[in-house]
Amino acid sequence: MGAVTISDVRKSFGTIEVLHGISVDIAEGEFAVLVGPSGCGKSTLLRMIAGLEDISSGEISIGDRVVNQLAPKDRDIAMVFQSYALYPHMTVAENMGFSLKLAGVPKPERRKRVEEAAAILGLTDYLDRQPRQLSGGQRQRVAMGRAIVRKPAVFLFDEPLSNLDAKLRVQMRSEIKQNHQRLKTTTVYVTHDQIEAMTMADRIVVMNAGRIEQIGSPLELYDTPANLFVAGFIGSPAMNLLTGVLEADAFVADGGTRIALGSAGARGAAGRKAVLGIRSEHFALAPEGGGLQARILTIEPTGSETQVVLTLAGRDIVAGFRERIAARPGDLLSIQPQAESFHLFDAETGARL
Amino acid sequence: MNKARRNPLNIAAAHAILLTYTAIALFPVFVILINSFKTRKAIFREPLTLPNEESFSLIGYQTVMQQGDFFLYFQNSMIVTVTSLFFILLFGAMAAFALSEYRFRGNTLMGLYLALGIMIPIRIGTVAILEMMVASGLVNTLWALILVYTASGLPLAVFILSEFMRQVSDDLKNAGRIDGLSEYTIFFRLVVPLVRPAMATVAVFNMIPIWNDLWFPLILASSEATKTLTLGSQVFIGQFVTDWNAVLSALSMAILPVMVLYVIFSRQLIRGITSGAVK
Repeated sequence: MGAVTISDVRKSFGTIEVLHGISVDIAEGEFAVLVGPSGCGKSTLLRMIAGLEDISSGEISIGDRVVNQLAPKDRDIAMVFQSYALYPHMTVAENMGFSLKLAGVPKPERRKRVEEAAAILGLTDYLDRQPRQLSGGQRQRVAMGRAIVRKPAVFLFDEPLSNLDAKLRVQMRSEIKQNHQRLKTTTVYVTHDQIEAMTMADRIVVMNAGRIEQIGSPLELYDTPANLFVAGFIGSPAMNLLTGVLEADAFVADGGTRIALGSAGARGAAGRKAVLGIRSEHFALAPEGGGLQARILTIEPTGSETQVVLTLAGRDIVAGFRERIAARPGDLLSIQPQAESFHLFDAETGARL
Repeated sequence: MNKARRNPLNIAAAHAILLTYTAIALFPVFVILINSFKTRKAIFREPLTLPNEESFSLIGYQTVMQQGDFFLYFQNSMIVTVTSLFFILLFGAMAAFALSEYRFRGNTLMGLYLALGIMIPIRIGTVAILEMMVASGLVNTLWALILVYTASGLPLAVFILSEFMRQVSDDLKNAGRIDGLSEYTIFFRLVVPLVRPAMATVAVFNMIPIWNDLWFPLILASSEATKTLTLGSQVFIGQFVTDWNAVLSALSMAILPVMVLYVIFSRQLIRGITSGAVK
């Protein structure tokens, strides 16, 4: 009943098309995250699901109803906004119960549902307060409470954590996730933060410039990015990308550095211009003088891992090591990239090889 | 707190300036008030002294109460002012909401057209307005005044309110839409409470000129039944003899209701209720 189907949806503002045919199926109970850089159309898509923007062409259904022509209130959705959008002149309880009041739900039932939601969110002691007397995290919880009491088919979140400080964001992230596991309501969550997407999503939809780049589970996107955009966008630190030419058993970077490709070989693309992607954790320390020689620019110890920024084949790359690094900036470090974890992309189309 | 504010010398200087200004602004009111309680002779002999046992007299107030239907004038002024303000705020806020909230063809043009009304004084059109009122049979009714004041107050109201309404968070309105509010309830229950300080400003701006206006009551509604307070006070000002006691008493009493209205609106001016709505 809570599945969302988006088929070939387009959106134009005047003559400018901002969404170029988006198709996604979000299953019942799924936590789907729309992620992409700002201006990629993810918020517009969410607002179209909510009914706050017209659909220029295509179809959106929630459950088995096509909702293109339905008003937001008839779509059986609830939305949490980045700015919380609490009604300033109402108490927390009134804020949460307002939509039920409008829907004509009798008062005892209303109070019961508000109290349930407040208990889930830890807001029971704050029900009589006004929004201005609450902290940012509490306001965010009220906004979620307002969504929860309606028991909608779909939750929509529009960058709900952007206004919170870093520590609170991590805490709210897991609270949202826990609430989802408890309520099992289909959720569409928009963010520009790929860490938020990775940690929360059942499935991530990566968008760029009005198109979908890839849809998949967080680890699918991380382990097999479909193209250069996804490879560069997902993961922190970002994937190291080197441009060069493929030979039968090696990748020759632009500076002439040869990197052996191992058993996978050139994947039938020998002679083509390509981009080699290596994640920071896929470097090993090589014995002195072996492997590739890279000059150390900076060393950033985080305790569990040490991140080293190196110059390799004329590019700055980031490598992370579990070992303690004794070398100092300016020294040469021998490193061995792990060929079995290489990502290869066509240099022209950006598609994965 | 910055340092300049804590300097006692600065505080004293600021207060001195403000007190001087207050004294200057209130001086005419003060003179009117004290003289309204004096005999005619005392008004002319010593206009700046307070009324004492010898010069104290309520003759002005007695004249005002006896002559003419002063309470009717009072009531007329009140009806005209309050009704005009109500319409200015209602229609002004609605037009401002439409201009700031909806994208439609000619939106900017409409805004500019309305802004034009701020620059052109309505009195230029007095003759045409009189002709229209005669044709529609509204001469010597309070409605003539209400319509004219509403029309003249709207441009500024729309201009100010639409600026304020643009600042009301879109998310808040959208949250209302998702919660099931109609556009009208969004306007009345979300937007209007949030722009209340701006509406109070508009009300104060419009109230005083309407209350004090002599021009339109004289031209459009000079019959005995529709006289406003300012027009009614004119009976005491003659070409040869002016009953100063009565004029000053009438003016003193005319100040009261505007002051009450001002106090009501200015309370709204200060109250900032938007905090906590959106971060």
